[in-house]
Amino acid sequence: MGAPLLRVEDLRAYFHTADGVVRAVDGVSFSLEPGETLGIVGESGCGKTVACLSILRLLDPPGRIEPGSRIMLRDRELTAASEEEMRSVRGNEISMIFQEPMTSLNPVWTIGDQIAETLRRHRRARPAEARRRAAEMLRLMGIGFPEQRLDEYPHQFSGGMRQRAMLAMALACDPSVLIADEPTTALDVTIQAEILDLLAGLQERLGMGLVFVSHDLGVIAQIADRVIVMYAGQVVESGTADEIFRRPRHPYSEGLLRATPRVGRKMQQLSVIPGSVASPKLWPSGCRFHPRCPYAWDRCREELPVLRGEARAVRCWLEEEPARRTGGWDGAALAEDR
Amino acid sequence: MVASTGRQGAAEGLPTGATRRPLVAAEALVKHFPIHSGLFGRETGRVQAVDGVSLEIRRGETLALVGESGCGKTTTGRLLLWLLEPTAGRVIFDGQDMSSLDRVGLRAFRRRAQIIFQDPFGSLNPRMTVGSLLREVLRVHRLARGEAAEQRIGELLDAVGLHADEASKYPHQFSGGQRQRIGIARALAVQPDFVVADEPVSALDVSVQAQVLNLLADLQRRFNLTYLFITHDLSVVRQIADRVAVMYLGRVVELGDCDSLFRGPLHPYTQALLSAVPDPERGTERRRIALSGDVASPAAPPPGCPFHPRCPHPGVDDTCRTLVPPLRTLAGGAQAACHKI
Repeated sequence: MGAPLLRVEDLRAYFHTADGVVRAVDGVSFSLEPGETLGIVGESGCGKTVACLSILRLLDPPGRIEPGSRIMLRDRELTAASEEEMRSVRGNEISMIFQEPMTSLNPVWTIGDQIAETLRRHRRARPAEARRRAAEMLRLMGIGFPEQRLDEYPHQFSGGMRQRAMLAMALACDPSVLIADEPTTALDVTIQAEILDLLAGLQERLGMGLVFVSHDLGVIAQIADRVIVMYAGQVVESGTADEIFRRPRHPYSEGLLRATPRVGRKMQQLSVIPGSVASPKLWPSGCRFHPRCPYAWDRCREELPVLRGEARAVRCWLEEEPARRTGGWDGAALAEDR
Repeated sequence: MVASTGRQGAAEGLPTGATRRPLVAAEALVKHFPIHSGLFGRETGRVQAVDGVSLEIRRGETLALVGESGCGKTTTGRLLLWLLEPTAGRVIFDGQDMSSLDRVGLRAFRRRAQIIFQDPFGSLNPRMTVGSLLREVLRVHRLARGEAAEQRIGELLDAVGLHADEASKYPHQFSGGQRQRIGIARALAVQPDFVVADEPVSALDVSVQAQVLNLLADLQRRFNLTYLFITHDLSVVRQIADRVAVMYLGRVVELGDCDSLFRGPLHPYTQALLSAVPDPERGTERRRIALSGDVASPAAPPPGCPFHPRCPHPGVDDTCRTLVPPLRTLAGGAQAACHKI
């Protein structure tokens, strides 16, 4: 087997502010194969968005990627690439879509012109050809009457349609990697379901690698092949979607699942993870989750656990001392109501 | 203990949980907002935000009002609190028609009905400490002053899981979940009977959301509160509601007991909505009922059943396209508005 499509190794992205160093992403590694969907799940402030922006080198100062971090697109080192090289990567080999399409769509340009612009820039497509391809992309995204809609402006599109238009723009140059950062979070659930199905279908057809970031465990469970769970700038657990959702091993993943209400059944009482995520300016000593962890003991307060394992990896001292997994999350919250 | 006086004593005579007599009732509520445009700001159309909503909220229960953006659920909540006056229809609170209340009556109502917002930061004055914020509520409603007010503020903060000495802090010094607790404390300050919670956990992280949901359930039991819980998130509804009303384009399309509605949704829209919610346990096994197209604009709702242009039911016919289906009570007590049931 050759090199993976995308490989991130020991990525550190820090913000050097007047108040000190904010270690937003602190040693994150993962890889992505063609046709694979990697889900990144975590709560606000865990560093998932900064990690994605780093891959495209889109961090603004005072943020920067620290020396020693590696981002490999096949065998090219993106951390060492020039800004000019990066411009040819963005939107061409690696595309990204965001939660709020209106922030990425230019309100004074027609949808057609914005898609065509990408094609002209990266593919040097002639105007007529770019327009034809733009219409084809809209059709592929399930937008009816694409020729007419090319001449409309973003405000004339509904939320779901804008997300489709943004996808059309992102996929126009046939990228090998698509990074989707909370792409369905702002949408109604029936529209979200349509976009998720669309993404899954497109991926199957185009064979791209997909990095899908979300705080929503249900969405990740539905779309991802493999999952990494992030907490406080680090990966705390990784595995297949099935492993993570059926047999979570890190107390944070376990707590998160038990705190998530389900449509499928009523839980007797939702588990509560006490407190809130720490500030990235001052991560807790030892394991960063220890102040909220129901199993924590002395060692957790002092030593930062390493991420043990390869495909299935867990960053927790319980892996070495499993006998300490007693008590834990309050009650048997996973008991069913029927 | 927060509530130590007044109505709490009166409420003791009531059994815990829901009784049959409704606390709040909406009767054929309609709310239209005019659209003004052009140089002279003439009325050029109307947004039919709420279009004939009838429902009852029983004492001590949680009624969830669910639907997608623009369905009119927030407007309905505002109407029930008399923050908006209906274009037509009536709101009955504890047996009294709201439109018949004079200023004194309305003032008394404001003490009995409160609201919790989605974004507590937007609804908390950033220049006021939490203590002064609560003190103001107590003063405006002439509930407590001086030493008694301070004691009450301590009790309120304690009831929502904050420390009494946090009264001297400002809203920005709190996390999102803690701010929502402050919003809840403010609503509870007047010892209300009825609380409208409008997307109270939608802006919170999952781990914090569970804390606030558990707190709301706990407070309901302690103070015999009646909730209207407005949300777009169906998994939260399953966790907290006794009964559920599903809205689509300004109308209630299904209303029923929470458990039965989730186990056997009747209306095609409810079925599609439930099937679209991702669940970490169902994973990819989900069988989604696909809906085509977007929700129509409430400024130009389709004729007939408002859902017919997207309805996946195979039998959609001319009746659906021309006649608005009424909300009918079916065997088993559930209500649904569909010609095909």
